[in-house]
Amino acid sequence: MASMRDLKRRRESIESTEQITKAMKLVATVKLQKARVRAEQTKPYTQRMYRTVSAILLGSRNISHRFLKASGDGKAGILLITGNRGLAGGYNQNVIRMLTGCGIPKEKMRVYTIGRKGRDYLKSHDYELGEDYSEVINEPLYKDAIQLSEVLLSAYESEEISSIHVIFTDFKNTVVHTPRMIQLLPVTEVEGMEEIPDDMPMNFEPDDESVLDEIIPQYMASVIFGALLQSAASENGARMSAMDAATDNAEEMIDELSLQYNRARQGAITQELTEIIAGSQAVS
Amino acid sequence: MDELFELKIITPERVFYEGKVSYTSFTTMEGEVGIYAGHEPMTMLLYPGVLSIHEESGVKKAALHAGFVEVTPESVNVLAQIAEWPEEIDRNRAEEARIRAERALREDGSTLREEMALRKAIARIEAAK
Repeated sequence: MASMRDLKRRRESIESTEQITKAMKLVATVKLQKARVRAEQTKPYTQRMYRTVSAILLGSRNISHRFLKASGDGKAGILLITGNRGLAGGYNQNVIRMLTGCGIPKEKMRVYTIGRKGRDYLKSHDYELGEDYSEVINEPLYKDAIQLSEVLLSAYESEEISSIHVIFTDFKNTVVHTPRMIQLLPVTEVEGMEEIPDDMPMNFEPDDESVLDEIIPQYMASVIFGALLQSAASENGARMSAMDAATDNAEEMIDELSLQYNRARQGAITQELTEIIAGSQAVS
Repeated sequence: MDELFELKIITPERVFYEGKVSYTSFTTMEGEVGIYAGHEPMTMLLYPGVLSIHEESGVKKAALHAGFVEVTPESVNVLAQIAEWPEEIDRNRAEEARIRAERALREDGSTLREEMALRKAIARIEAAK
């Protein structure tokens, strides 16, 4: 049985851990509220944008355009969105698992990372990395998304990469967040749309080229922006629930240790009393 | 009564409008365009201008700047970057913006940015009338 002093020391150490997890939970809660409002406001737009434009692009596969041509069998350009910090439950790991389990061999990938956690993992596992934009996830701006889409599109255009994917975490509600991977270019399927009319003649005004020039970057930017906001909300949600669970566990341990400590203390007192009584009986 | 079709206008901040309409018109790069139900599929780029929505119960107006429109026979989807109802428009500010843009255009010739600013200001003033 552990000594009273050990028990006391352990209890104190867990108490200070609890304080930290509690503070982190509060911070995550506040950040979550902010991130969540933004994510929910933009969701209809980005979702609509994704569906509309990918349906248009799918319907106009035959148009030759610099962003639509199938560019060889080069690498897959993947934008991986993780967090910059840990202590968020399985949040970062789930995103990374989505990447490693997506079926594309490691040699055929070039990963553009947002979030230090994902980058560190990929670095130590010898993945080919593109530019890093880790600072973006703290406060995602539309400007950042435009910049990211420009980088990806120019790599796509120059055939350094032959497809563009994005892996992010979809924020369903405070406790449910699911990692998702979507292919932005070339468009092969549209999520949430069972069947696509295989022959959808689309007219463009003024002409194919200028319309596609305009809407493809807009589409990329808004889908990426939506993904950033969803991920930011999910990260804070995941951290909030992880820290909530940690605080609960700490409390439970503190209760347990207090009980043990009090028992040990009572035991010591009883023993002392027995010894005194036994001693006085022996004298008389 | 004309045939109705689905009109949806979405901006990054909100779902601006959603409903059944019989006719809608807006400004594209090619000029003003009016759409009835059963229109040929088409994708057009928006230019700053006045949007009018003809519902069964009346006509609504709004200012619409930048974005694009997807037309199918059954529906029209507008993905705008900015859209404003007349009551959200500050007419004085729009008027000032128009004067400023006109002055800038007179002074250092026509640049795309100023021209767009002028078009936006005019669209706002027209919509707020």
